[in-house]
Amino acid sequence: MNYLASIGSYAIMIKEVFRKPTKWSIMRALILKEIDELIFGSLGILIFISFFIGGVVAIQTALNMTNELIPKNLVGFATRQSIILEFAPTFCSIIMAGKVGSFITSSIGTMRVTEQIDALEVMGVNALNYLVFPKIIALMLYPFLIAISMYVGILGGWIAGVFGGFSTSADFIEGIQLDFIPFHVTYSFIKTLVFAFILATIPSYHGFFMKGGALEVGKAATTSFVWTSVVIIILNYLLTQLLLG
Amino acid sequence: MIEVNDIYKSFGDTHVLKGISTCFDKGKTNLVIGQSGSGKTVFLKCLLGLLSPDKGTISHDGKIYSQLSGDEQRNLKQEMGMVFQGSALFDSLTVEGNVMFPLEMFTKQSLSEMQDRVDFVLKRVNLVDAHKKYPSEISGGMQKRVAIARAIVMNPKYLFCDEPNSGLDPKTAILIDNLIQEITQEYDITTVVNTHDMNSVMEIGEKIIFLKNGIKEWEGTKNEIFKTDNEAVTNFVYSSELFKKVRQMYIEERN
Repeated sequence: MNYLASIGSYAIMIKEVFRKPTKWSIMRALILKEIDELIFGSLGILIFISFFIGGVVAIQTALNMTNELIPKNLVGFATRQSIILEFAPTFCSIIMAGKVGSFITSSIGTMRVTEQIDALEVMGVNALNYLVFPKIIALMLYPFLIAISMYVGILGGWIAGVFGGFSTSADFIEGIQLDFIPFHVTYSFIKTLVFAFILATIPSYHGFFMKGGALEVGKAATTSFVWTSVVIIILNYLLTQLLLG
Repeated sequence: MIEVNDIYKSFGDTHVLKGISTCFDKGKTNLVIGQSGSGKTVFLKCLLGLLSPDKGTISHDGKIYSQLSGDEQRNLKQEMGMVFQGSALFDSLTVEGNVMFPLEMFTKQSLSEMQDRVDFVLKRVNLVDAHKKYPSEISGGMQKRVAIARAIVMNPKYLFCDEPNSGLDPKTAILIDNLIQEITQEYDITTVVNTHDMNSVMEIGEKIIFLKNGIKEWEGTKNEIFKTDNEAVTNFVYSSELFKKVRQMYIEERN
């Protein structure tokens, strides 16, 4: 029953986020601040992880190709498919649930604990719109981050494959271009947009409705990471079934 | 003027407010006192419209809060200023940004007009050199003054303060109390202060209501509170050694 109640209050929260908008001049500044914190602030870690995971995927694929009949371009092909279809949109979103999600929950949770949210409400400000809406809009730029992650991941695979002696550059590039289906990129970006909404709202929910003190802020951040990840995994399955099944 | 008429508030099986009726006059510093857990904060949140009473009505200058539309309630909230126990300043904004926040949010004033107003209220609360500092860079007493400045920047009709001098040294606490009283009289606003600090009662308590277990146990002025025979009030008022001695002196003087 608690889960149902939480889903209900999450839905009510989403409705409230879009009601009584904050003055545009203030909202614009908030959105730019959130883009800086949530998108640009995550660029470094995503580039770093994507590069090395791309490399590992290429090496693992090459090491498992023991049969001489398997074409050499499979390293590039498998790297591209893994990165575009799953690693960049899903794995990166789980990382973002830890990085961005915890940040959102703890910052909103701290505002709750220190009565800053009460202060907004007393002034007649729609606190949910003021705090959550800019995060949703900022994270709509998340697909750009994932596009960079895709590029860097494949680049990492190429460097690890070619310089590690697992593949030639020509074979790898042939593999990257082999049987390329543009819809896979579209599918990936659709997933990313859905995950971006989840990344903005579930951590906000856990921060906004938390009760207690500093310890509970930490607990809320952990709970938020777990639930954001769970929802991303479930939606990943459902979207894959719907779009590719 | 705020009129409270027989309000009740419960959370599950816990009955926090049990039929409180009172009236807070304009231009006066009204104090709500009582022990921790007596229902003071819930009472204040009901006055602010953050909580809805289960029963009874609260009217602000004749406007019954529960009967107002959403927009009317929001408009009424813009006539309220609130000083929170922990100041509740926005960490990400400077002192100036905090005080300017309601102006940016609800008025169409130009930047220079807002700046002038911010300078005026910060000067009024005796803070002139802290404009560009963040809340974490100033003392607790200064934070309280910024909170008061933010509360009065929109020229509110009602000022609410929840334990405004908790965590402050006695001298700063008196300064904050006096500032609240001066502002109340200067702007002729209805001020309600939640406190359990007897020094505040002596300094600024023009009208006092005493809550015990969610019931209004006593109501009067600061002169009357030291003479009352109400046992619950005397137990609360004379809980400290200092006030016990004051009481003793008063009884000896009377005899």
